[in-house]
Amino acid sequence: MIRWLLVIVLAASAAGQERVVVGSKSFTESAILGHMLVALAEDAGVKADLKSFPGSSVAFAALRASEIIAYPEYTGTLKRELLAELGLETDDELRDALAKLGLAMSEPIGFNNTYAVGVTRATADRLSLQTIGDLASHPDLRLAFSNEFMNRGDGWPGLRDTYGLPNPARGIEHALSYPALAQGQIDATDLYSTDAQIAAMGLAVLEDDRGYFPRYDAVVLYRLDLAERNPAVLASLLKLGGAIDEARMRSYNERAELGGPNDEGRVPPAVVAADAVNELFGLEAEASSSTLASRVLLRTRQHLVLVGVSMGIAIAIALPLGVVAARSRAFAGPVLGITGVLQTVPALALLVLLIGPLGIGAPTAIVALLLYSLLPIVRNTHAGLTGIAGDLVESADAIGLAGLDRLRRVELPLALPTILAGIKIAAVINVGTATLGGFISAGGYGQPIFTGITQNNFALILEGAVPAAAMAVLVQLAFDGLERLVVPRGLRL
Amino acid sequence: MIELSRITKRFGSHAALDGVDLSIPKATTTALIGPSGCGKSTLLRVIIGLIEADEGEVTIEGRPLAAWNQRELRQRFGYAIQSGGLFPHLTARQNIELPARAHRCALKPGRIAELAELTHLDPSLLDRFSAELSGGQRQRVALVRALVLDPDILLLDEPLGALDPMVRADLQRDLKSLFDELNKTVVLVTHDLAEAAYLAPADIVLLREGRIAQRGAFAHLRAEPAEPFVTSFIEAQTERVAALVGAVP
Repeated sequence: MIRWLLVIVLAASAAGQERVVVGSKSFTESAILGHMLVALAEDAGVKADLKSFPGSSVAFAALRASEIIAYPEYTGTLKRELLAELGLETDDELRDALAKLGLAMSEPIGFNNTYAVGVTRATADRLSLQTIGDLASHPDLRLAFSNEFMNRGDGWPGLRDTYGLPNPARGIEHALSYPALAQGQIDATDLYSTDAQIAAMGLAVLEDDRGYFPRYDAVVLYRLDLAERNPAVLASLLKLGGAIDEARMRSYNERAELGGPNDEGRVPPAVVAADAVNELFGLEAEASSSTLASRVLLRTRQHLVLVGVSMGIAIAIALPLGVVAARSRAFAGPVLGITGVLQTVPALALLVLLIGPLGIGAPTAIVALLLYSLLPIVRNTHAGLTGIAGDLVESADAIGLAGLDRLRRVELPLALPTILAGIKIAAVINVGTATLGGFISAGGYGQPIFTGITQNNFALILEGAVPAAAMAVLVQLAFDGLERLVVPRGLRL
Repeated sequence: MIELSRITKRFGSHAALDGVDLSIPKATTTALIGPSGCGKSTLLRVIIGLIEADEGEVTIEGRPLAAWNQRELRQRFGYAIQSGGLFPHLTARQNIELPARAHRCALKPGRIAELAELTHLDPSLLDRFSAELSGGQRQRVALVRALVLDPDILLLDEPLGALDPMVRADLQRDLKSLFDELNKTVVLVTHDLAEAAYLAPADIVLLREGRIAQRGAFAHLRAEPAEPFVTSFIEAQTERVAALVGAVP
């Protein structure tokens, strides 16, 4: 096993070319900018990968931890959210604060993607809404804001206090808020001012007359040490400064979210980005020519690693625990109790709790999955061993089989069908639960599912969901086959 | 020689064995008999050490049970129970070989064939699993397994209890000749007086509620019952005894 890992690592590094990882957040605009950064980095002669993060704080943490060299961020987010406790006002103060963290930001890319509050044109006309403050006189309007906005320092709590809004508000996934507005399920929501849907749906943007929202100038946020480690890459990334104005960014977003001109259909952010860098900088970038098959293959590999490693460790821990629990009644209570409690913690909550000590990425997902897989294996091992008929246990004893000998020759073989059933349950659940890894950038089938939800892209969601379902079925079938292979024939008669 | 003195075993408040004294001589067949719940199976388990008595002492060949090395002791005993106690994941042959594996010793070549012949077990059945054998065949396999390490003492707990009458009669005859031929110390638990009178005519121990009601040859029990219970236990089964061992005087 270790030898194979070495072979894989060596093969990967043998490619020779230096590799860098660039980050982005998962929503469309950030994804497009991320792909542009990848193309610019590769133009400087390195191999670059893009890693997608579900929110600002995890992307920022990844940059500080050197997991990525750069990602697109917004000055308002930095001042009011990520570094809110510093009370930064000017961009110069922001640059100083970043420098103390070993980070820096580029010149503004050229557009201000501020938060805004929007309602449908019909609602605005009917209630004569012009400013955010006008909402206060209509407390029955249903507000729904993106989940991040609900909790951000520059989000709903401050907005409510600034304008004295009495309206209740609930959280919603940003990409879903536009259809919800259109269908009249909600009345007002937060917008990004460069969102393509504003124009497409003819939404009314309410004026922020008290100047609550700061400027959200898009910048390239990068690590200061990049200047020494790879000045060519840095120089290339910084070309993005001043390159994209608001109209241009909105047209990119529109092409990716609503489809391009001439019924082009929705264009993947990677393609939009490739076309953009070619047009702006005269590059000859091609959207990484990942076919559907190659993407699914890569994610299948990642997903199998998540499931395989977590199951392997879970079995190594749970089998002995189950055996000891079956031997000692005093031990059985606590073991079954603790693994049972672990199982009741919602999977997403468990992941989030583990981000604290372990950070984001595959290792965290693997720990969560293995904790989740313990119960079915421990419980079935315990049940299989304690369920062996009394006269058989007695016969083994009378023959003189004791201890490990009895476990190996009699008890484990007799309990094997039950133990295997437990491992099968754990593995099938594990395949499904591992998709939540997409939430913490662990790779696998969850990545397209989460990105698809953020970008309101149903095809992308299916790209993760269908293979995940197929893998669960295959795992089930594989275990059925394994059962026929390893369960002694005498137990199947 | 097996010696039990003042053996008491309680399950909760119920005394399954209540101060039993019993001495079983070498190379004889002794039947423990009595109605359900009289403590005969418990007594057998105490002898082999599967359950520990609350009070009293068991000695085997003059040594207290506790002083024996557990493995050494197990090797002295062959043990078979009503259902056969065969392990369903192993073939008949693997079941028979298991005691040798447990004690890390090799079987003489031909040992299994020899025992199969002795117990009238068709050798072609040896590669079948327990689920593929009839009740009688299972019992013969269990018997071979009990005998395979050539133990001094054979403990049989209702070995024929689960069999239909025809098969049972066959096996009773085979057991009888086996006991005569092997000349081992045999302790047989049964609830069937006819079986006891047939297989252990000289030494029947009749138990009632955890105590020995009477011990002796079948004829003695019948001629001089120690208490009314002995009479009623015998009379209830007289016809069947007559059928198996001939007219009762």
